[in-house]
Amino acid sequence: MTSEPTSPLLQVENLHVSVGEREILRGVDLTIEEGETHVLLGPNGGGKSTLLNTIVGLPGYRITEGRILFRGTDLDGLEVDERARLGIGIAFQRPPAVRGVKLRQMIGVAAGGVADDAQIDALDTELSLGHMLDRDVNMGFSGGEAKRSEMAQMLAQMPELALFDEPESGVDLDNIAVVGGAINALLKGEGRVYERKRSGLIITHTGHILEFVNADVGHVLYNGRLACKGNPLDLIDEISSHGYDKCVECALCQTFA
Amino acid sequence: MPDIRLSEGAEARLAEIRAAAEAAIDKPAALGPDIDITRFRTVSEADKIASLDSLQRQVKETVLLSGFTSDESERSASYFQMDRTPIYERVQKAFDDAIEIMSTEEALKLYGEEMVEKWWWKAVAPDKDKYTAIVALHQTEGYFIRVKAGRKVEKPIQACLFVSESDVSQNVHNIIILEDGAEANVITGCNIHTDVKEGLHAGISEFYVGKGAKLTFTMVHNWAEDFSVRPRTGIVVEEDGVYINNYVLLKPVKSIQAFPVAKLVGDRSTAVFNSIVYGLKDSVIDLGSETQLIGEGSRSEAVARTVSMDRSTVYSRGRLIGRTNSCKAHLDCRGIVQSAESTQWAIPDLASEGAPGAELSHEAAISPIAAEEIYYLMTRGLPKDEAISMITRGFVNIDIPGLPDVLRKQIDKAIEETSKEAM
Repeated sequence: MTSEPTSPLLQVENLHVSVGEREILRGVDLTIEEGETHVLLGPNGGGKSTLLNTIVGLPGYRITEGRILFRGTDLDGLEVDERARLGIGIAFQRPPAVRGVKLRQMIGVAAGGVADDAQIDALDTELSLGHMLDRDVNMGFSGGEAKRSEMAQMLAQMPELALFDEPESGVDLDNIAVVGGAINALLKGEGRVYERKRSGLIITHTGHILEFVNADVGHVLYNGRLACKGNPLDLIDEISSHGYDKCVECALCQTFA
Repeated sequence: MPDIRLSEGAEARLAEIRAAAEAAIDKPAALGPDIDITRFRTVSEADKIASLDSLQRQVKETVLLSGFTSDESERSASYFQMDRTPIYERVQKAFDDAIEIMSTEEALKLYGEEMVEKWWWKAVAPDKDKYTAIVALHQTEGYFIRVKAGRKVEKPIQACLFVSESDVSQNVHNIIILEDGAEANVITGCNIHTDVKEGLHAGISEFYVGKGAKLTFTMVHNWAEDFSVRPRTGIVVEEDGVYINNYVLLKPVKSIQAFPVAKLVGDRSTAVFNSIVYGLKDSVIDLGSETQLIGEGSRSEAVARTVSMDRSTVYSRGRLIGRTNSCKAHLDCRGIVQSAESTQWAIPDLASEGAPGAELSHEAAISPIAAEEIYYLMTRGLPKDEAISMITRGFVNIDIPGLPDVLRKQIDKAIEETSKEAM
């Protein structure tokens, strides 16, 4: 964690986002420094996916106030693909099936052109892609297959800021371990602290993924605001014993929010 | 008709064909815009050539787009017809005793009696419409290909029907026979010279797939904006026989209307129709297929992918007729309309005739590329136009099981060229 006066990797300032007529985010402030992994907790419908989708620039998410800076650059007006090429990547919770486009091609695209055989082989070994490589991406993929496919694309892209939308949802324990391993490989390099340059923002409901990934900071997104900040594991303990409502009322949250 | 000596019975049959055709010469087709066929004169003679290498460079490049190569090491046999003349026909040495290739008129001279009895206007009726009639009355050759019993020919056989003049009609009659147990891949390209404007191609094709035989027939069409095309095709498949039809149209055409009919007469016989169609400019395209499932356990599948642009009108039809209880068939036609001035129809058509156990099904869809698919690719760093192009290519690039690599590459290449042009 750097204390130099350079811009943080991601800086979200007073972000208000509407989907249709409905305001979903009501003033989110979030800073992620280079090398940090943050966890986003919160009830369903609280705006967690909205925050991720707004950062990558998907259509339908209208910023009414505030801004998002990536390395000091305002992302406003930048297309989805431009943001991707700047270094923002996302693993979707439920990625769409694309008829006729193979996972192998998607990995190539994510790698910035074509992925060579060695790269594909390495991803195959890491994520057991097997026959998925030459299938239409996400077409008939099981929950675990879809997550592994998303991780393969992320590892090919190696974004500086990696966003994960519920990487453990709909996945059995074996697959959570594989997905967690891939997130670690992406964010932590070989696990050596000095290589920790990539940053991550992980949405999790259950916290299971935290058994495999070390996160630095946890946030609770509640009613369109980041209501709470703290140690991710402590927050999850608090939420599982008292629920979100109590969690955001607790003294800890009131202090850090 | 060439001067040949035939039995009385055969002569009578030819006279019947002629009489039927004469009666149908003004009969419009059931589908497609009507064409005044009297506007065209018959194509002329052309000079024979000693090797495919001596084709003009421009001709070579044009035909290559439809999979016809002058490099014959990749092919087992070749037939090239320029206008009305078969200017080149050759079987590669290794396949000399497996394949016969010649013009249909030559075949009539050689095998007159057998031709008339078994194959001549047996799978297509001469009085179906004016386009069958014009071929029956004013035929300008066409190819005859026969693969001998039990011979499996891996390298494709290629045939090209080329038109080099304007305001003509090329009226070809093609016959392919696969004897029992034979296997072959036939690539045919129909092309016209870049200078040609108006014209008509009327093509009769009669294919006979013997017991346990397998014919893969791939046709890539390269026409022109003022050219009209009316193929009429009939296929008969015997016991355990397999017929696979791959059709690719990637260039503008004035109008094309074709509706090949496969009769699965043999038990456990199969027909598969795959088609990839781009509607460009003002093209009027009306394509489909009919499979009649007659033999016990017969199977059929038709897969069509259509992309229409500009001011094109595309009809994508498919008809399955079940006539036996144990048959099973499926239609799958999907289209993308990419222009507000373009029209697409998807017309699946199923019938069970006296076959309560027949299982016939279809999926037909016309819809745009989903925005979320485009954005999905963009989140990996691909610009929007490239994302659309990749999804469109994927949409038309259907998996064709059993398609030989050489054909696969040919189709991929043609799609690649077209999508570059369309961008």
